[in-house]
Amino acid sequence: MRNDLPTYPEELRASGLDPEREARLRAELATATDSHAVPARDVPMDPDLAGFSRGLYESGDLLVLRQAVTPYLSAAGLAKSLDELLERDRQREQDGFPRKIQVGKLVKPGRGRKGKVVVVPTTVEEKFFHDPTVRPPGEGGTSGGTGDEQEGEVIGEQPVRDDGDQDGSGPGEGGGSNHEMESSAYDLGKTLSEKFQLPNLKDKGKKRSFTRYTYDLTDKNRGFGQVLDKKATLRKIVETNIALGNLPDVSDIDPTQFLIAPRDKVYRILSREKDYEPQAMLFFLRDYSGSMVGKVTDLIVSQHVLIYSWLLYQYGGQAESRFILHDTEAKEVPDFYTYYNSRVAGGTQVSSAYQLVNEIVARENLAKDYNIYVFQGTDGDDWDEAGSKAIPELEKMLTYASRVGVTIAEHGQMGTTTVARYLNSSELLSKKPDLLRLDVIQKDADESRLIEGIKRLIS
Amino acid sequence: MELINQHTKRIMEGCKERARAAGLSFTDESLEYIVTNRDLLELSPKVMIPTLYDYWVHDVEVLRERGKYELYPNNPYETVINTRPPISFYNDNNPDWLNVMIFYHVLAHIDFFQNNLYFRHTWDYDFTGQALSDKRVIARLRAEKGRWVDYVIEFARGIDNLVDFHGELADLFTPPEADCSSRLNYYFDLFLQSEKKIPVSEYIKEVNRYNECLKTYGELGEKTFFAEAERRYPELEAHFARAMDTRPAKKRDLLRYLLDKSEFLARDENIWMRSILEIVRKTSIFFQPQIRTKILNEGWASYWHETLFLQDDRIKGHEVDFARVHAGVTSMPRVGMNPYALGMRLFTHIEEQADKGRISFDYQRLANADSRKQFNTGVSTGKDFIFKVRENLSDYLFLKNYLDQDFIDRHKLFVAGKRLDQQRMVWQYYVKSRKAKDYLQMMQDSLYHPPVISVDQTKGIEGSLYLIHKFEGKQLVQEYIANTMVGIEYLWGGPVHLETSEAQILPAPAAPAKTDEALEGEIAWQRVLYSMNGKVLSKKKF
Repeated sequence: MRNDLPTYPEELRASGLDPEREARLRAELATATDSHAVPARDVPMDPDLAGFSRGLYESGDLLVLRQAVTPYLSAAGLAKSLDELLERDRQREQDGFPRKIQVGKLVKPGRGRKGKVVVVPTTVEEKFFHDPTVRPPGEGGTSGGTGDEQEGEVIGEQPVRDDGDQDGSGPGEGGGSNHEMESSAYDLGKTLSEKFQLPNLKDKGKKRSFTRYTYDLTDKNRGFGQVLDKKATLRKIVETNIALGNLPDVSDIDPTQFLIAPRDKVYRILSREKDYEPQAMLFFLRDYSGSMVGKVTDLIVSQHVLIYSWLLYQYGGQAESRFILHDTEAKEVPDFYTYYNSRVAGGTQVSSAYQLVNEIVARENLAKDYNIYVFQGTDGDDWDEAGSKAIPELEKMLTYASRVGVTIAEHGQMGTTTVARYLNSSELLSKKPDLLRLDVIQKDADESRLIEGIKRLIS
Repeated sequence: MELINQHTKRIMEGCKERARAAGLSFTDESLEYIVTNRDLLELSPKVMIPTLYDYWVHDVEVLRERGKYELYPNNPYETVINTRPPISFYNDNNPDWLNVMIFYHVLAHIDFFQNNLYFRHTWDYDFTGQALSDKRVIARLRAEKGRWVDYVIEFARGIDNLVDFHGELADLFTPPEADCSSRLNYYFDLFLQSEKKIPVSEYIKEVNRYNECLKTYGELGEKTFFAEAERRYPELEAHFARAMDTRPAKKRDLLRYLLDKSEFLARDENIWMRSILEIVRKTSIFFQPQIRTKILNEGWASYWHETLFLQDDRIKGHEVDFARVHAGVTSMPRVGMNPYALGMRLFTHIEEQADKGRISFDYQRLANADSRKQFNTGVSTGKDFIFKVRENLSDYLFLKNYLDQDFIDRHKLFVAGKRLDQQRMVWQYYVKSRKAKDYLQMMQDSLYHPPVISVDQTKGIEGSLYLIHKFEGKQLVQEYIANTMVGIEYLWGGPVHLETSEAQILPAPAAPAKTDEALEGEIAWQRVLYSMNGKVLSKKKF
């Protein structure tokens, strides 16, 4: 963390700063020293205590009598495709009813700590019913129990964060386990796969071998195979016969006199061919500064989940992803899990992330072998008011990138965020519409809006 | 789905014989199907009724977080459904001894469905057959009306927990001799009291005169009585006819009320919607008793699968296997609730108490702990008694009547609480109470209990619908209010008002209170009125 943090707001105020933003900056400063800790993976819930929030009606005969396991409804197994569902939802809106489908919502069904991330279209059936969660603060409800302890005796403890009821839906908050994240992301990608394609994909760097193969009759084999290669076979036969002295006069060849050894027959044989396709490197950039708290992070991360899921499915090993988080400084994190779950805190320097991408690309010489895509998510706040650091870095990035997609989830400023402003005034958007795309979404956007956003970013 | 094989069916028939001999009663026929996980995926959203109507929400993962079971009056994964014949579902690779145990469990459920009086309204028809014809009705409507069918299903399902199940039962149980003609009811209940406002003495005279008429003229008594009454009040007949037209509808059953009273649904072009509302209501009413007898039903089934399995001569040698599975199902959890375990223990407890004649006033008035322990009349009527319990009670009464301190102490039960330790940021689980009263309260709070929302016909001005949510110390889930009311507005065809209460949690006092009682005082309740008009929700405080 940089030591001169507090000077940023001072500089900014000198150049005129509206009070609301200043308040947000102050709030960010206050969290500047907080850690971006990723929650520990799967702190097991004490099995004795796990039943606390389990209701009376949660056990059904089929499950209890070991007749079945809870069937898992995967997105891919849905009877209706996501497209149909979203179409239905659009129709609902036209008919004047509120939308009902949520896509890619990351949910942890509250089953103690065993909850997992589910990435499927979901909905709720709304009814009037009593809210059991209304109770005084600090009270966690009651349940039944058995044991010998006296009244008032404590029978167990559980850290607050790990309580099934308490944590929300993930991004920037923690929870979920790594493996399930990947597998459900793959499922979601499958349902999205028809929708998108990477833009500006060029043939670059055919040096990597992929696990993708085509099968072709290109290999030759002597003795057996699928199709006889007549020309090659004849040549072999001639060679053999010359060697045997069975071909005394080259000007007068009588094929009926040839001796044919089994090894002379040359066949074409079906063989696995490595298939070289253009490869892509994707950088996901996320602002995890203090101002990103709540819904905006949710949106950005949801959108990146969608892009990431789709990539995982559509391009498999062909596309690689790198994850970069930034506040005032940027760092690369090893996997999507960390990217997804790291907590928000600290100030904002968008340029730091751009800079890191540029460094990585230069250091590893990625531009030569890869199509490079950068997806950036932010709430549009930047301490770098005029983009004086960010714009040059961005320009540098655009020299090699195939597409840079910036998503701004606004707190409600209607297009007047710092990042939007300096991107617009730099005129990069209008000069290089093929390389740079901007998508501004409002805080209350839903998942189908996010999918539209992806279309905008990569169309 | 395929039927179980003949070998397994033979085992089932053997179980039936033994269960009958033990006193259970059920219809002769039953169907047993093998289900795969794939079948389960399709069946569970349809609450295991294979012929239930199609609805797109069934194809989507439905978010069932908190209040999951408040939303649906049924469990998603039942082994047996209450149809004629009853249908039950099995895994295809169960060993025989496990099947024996499950068959007994299933047979006890069937016995329960067919004998518990809360299921009275399901006894006379086969729900799968009914559902199949309903499914066809909906499919045909969908072909004609398209997506609007699904909107109506959605809106109807939005209020399908507001059906007057108990009212429905009350009609079934009114003995024929207690029933008076509607004319008589009107004459004594409304006409004389509200219209004529006659003095009490005259009212009593009229009652006497009616009884005299009955005595003197027998079957013609009522006719004779009214001949005289009409001479006195010539307008009676006209008043009665008018009253019949404007008869107050069932106010606690919103779906019924909309069916009877909504002018929107009565229009020619919308009349088809009524059949959908009827179907949704019927389905809901069918499932209502299921969730109200969860502990009783599972307890009963667990009690019998234990009793009958241990007596069964066919499965010798599998006692240990059985014990493992049985303990998994019916052990009391350290923390949490298990309807199987609680219900089974309570049945055993009741049986023992009844055997010793303890379910009696003589026992209850004893204060001396020692004489309570010694009390035993040796009547041995326990078995008969639990059969009566199975026939007449629901979960609420089962717990309220029999969950006593003896039971709590015997099984070392306590109410577990959970509180926040703010210094260490941990949730502490602790023994909150060992009193039967508190345990009962905790259990009752977790029972299924839909809000009581009734129609107030006097307050709905200018064609609007005025709903009153009876305050029972809980608020409605707020985020669902808007969309539910959009649906009601659509079905009603006019503005809808909902009077309800909302909690306001007051900020914690400076010094955190030590006891829970003090904390509970921190909720202040505010009566509010939601209004839905033209799909716009507004809220005002009273």
